[in-house]
Amino acid sequence: MIPAGFNYHAPRSVADAIKLLGDLGPDAKLLAGGHSLLPMMKLRFAEPSALIDLGKIPDLRGITQVGNEVHIGAMTTENDLLRSKLLSDKVPLLVEGAAWIADPQVRYKGTIGGDISHGDPGNDHPAIAIALDASFVLKGPKGERVVKADGYFLGLYSTQIEPGEILTQIRVPIPPAGSGWSYQKLKRKTGDFATAASAVLLQMKGKNVAKVSIALTNVHATPLKASAAESYLVGKALDDSTLNQAARLTMDICEPTHCQRGDADYKTAMCGEMTRRALVAAAQRTK
Amino acid sequence: MANMHDVSFKLNGKNTSVKVEARELLIYTLREKLAHTGPHIGCETSHCGACTVDLDGMSVKSCTVLTVQCDGSELLTVEGLEQGGVLHAIQQAFHEEHGLQCGYCTPGMLTRAYRLLKENPNPSEQEIRYGIAGNLCRCTGYQNIVKAVQSAAKKLAAAPATAA
Repeated sequence: MIPAGFNYHAPRSVADAIKLLGDLGPDAKLLAGGHSLLPMMKLRFAEPSALIDLGKIPDLRGITQVGNEVHIGAMTTENDLLRSKLLSDKVPLLVEGAAWIADPQVRYKGTIGGDISHGDPGNDHPAIAIALDASFVLKGPKGERVVKADGYFLGLYSTQIEPGEILTQIRVPIPPAGSGWSYQKLKRKTGDFATAASAVLLQMKGKNVAKVSIALTNVHATPLKASAAESYLVGKALDDSTLNQAARLTMDICEPTHCQRGDADYKTAMCGEMTRRALVAAAQRTK
Repeated sequence: MANMHDVSFKLNGKNTSVKVEARELLIYTLREKLAHTGPHIGCETSHCGACTVDLDGMSVKSCTVLTVQCDGSELLTVEGLEQGGVLHAIQQAFHEEHGLQCGYCTPGMLTRAYRLLKENPNPSEQEIRYGIAGNLCRCTGYQNIVKAVQSAAKKLAAAPATAA
């Protein structure tokens, strides 16, 4: 399987990439790690007239702390995330999530920005970004704008990005010291997308929940922020009864599609179970 | 017809130039233009890992990389492991531990194990299994593959000066 013909461009700067994107028009696609786009091109689900490879732009790669945030270049690979001491120390939820994406070879090529931009509900970074209250930097011919992860995903393969714009950076607020975290992902085998997954970031005050973020992967056309479950948990202890109710509240917002991973009821039930496990695991990590 | 591109890279230490269409996948360039048939085409959908090669210090599936992306890169295929007629320690270990049955996945397993041991010279069994999770063996001979990687790690630790 070989993709249909296209013209290849490898700009060396973000400005050049934006100019190319404008000049080449809507039939041009940005190439990040290529592990979603190239398979789609082989199958003729995508037939762009041109690819703009972002892999030769050093400014798009790297992980740095800026004040109370960690800034991650969009072309930073999953493998870079896994090996980042800064992220392990400051944003371990992101590292745990990256560890369950695809397989080693794909993690050397796959990028956080590609995973987010693709708008595939099976991708893991969107829900993790929502749980972390991350923001995305979009650059285009009219300049730069910063958009919250929550609300960025509009539908299947559809996001707030406008034609001509490039996602250049992911900005993640560093969670308060002592926060617990967990990403629980059910998948049938290495390399599979989640049957259902749940990202949790948790702060406790004594035995009760002070603040919690919960976001869900692959149980709807977009990642979901489980706002009702979050509000319910605040001020409560995490016992069996509250965990069950929080899981039920996440299940209430699931609308998964039937596929070979299971039917809608099964996926919904697994989303509840992943949320319950993520809450328990996150609570054990709080200090 | 799309434009042709001149692409140059180092393949197993040798400077190599090819002329390719942008859409040409690295596995085809290696096998059909450069007669490096060690990397195999298994699934061609980036699942099986039989086409794994080492690209600038990364294990990649060469069915899902465009050759045109590799300009200026350093590539290692299974053909580059043996040096001067002597098997690489990883190859020797796969031989001794019966780390292959039909052999189809082996070039991918060897090149993946090469990068894994460069990054983690003393991996646990669990780390090996996680590290080769992108390579499928349809003979399901994983037990001996894991043993072979463990054995290779010991060989490399014992003779670091001669390790390629």
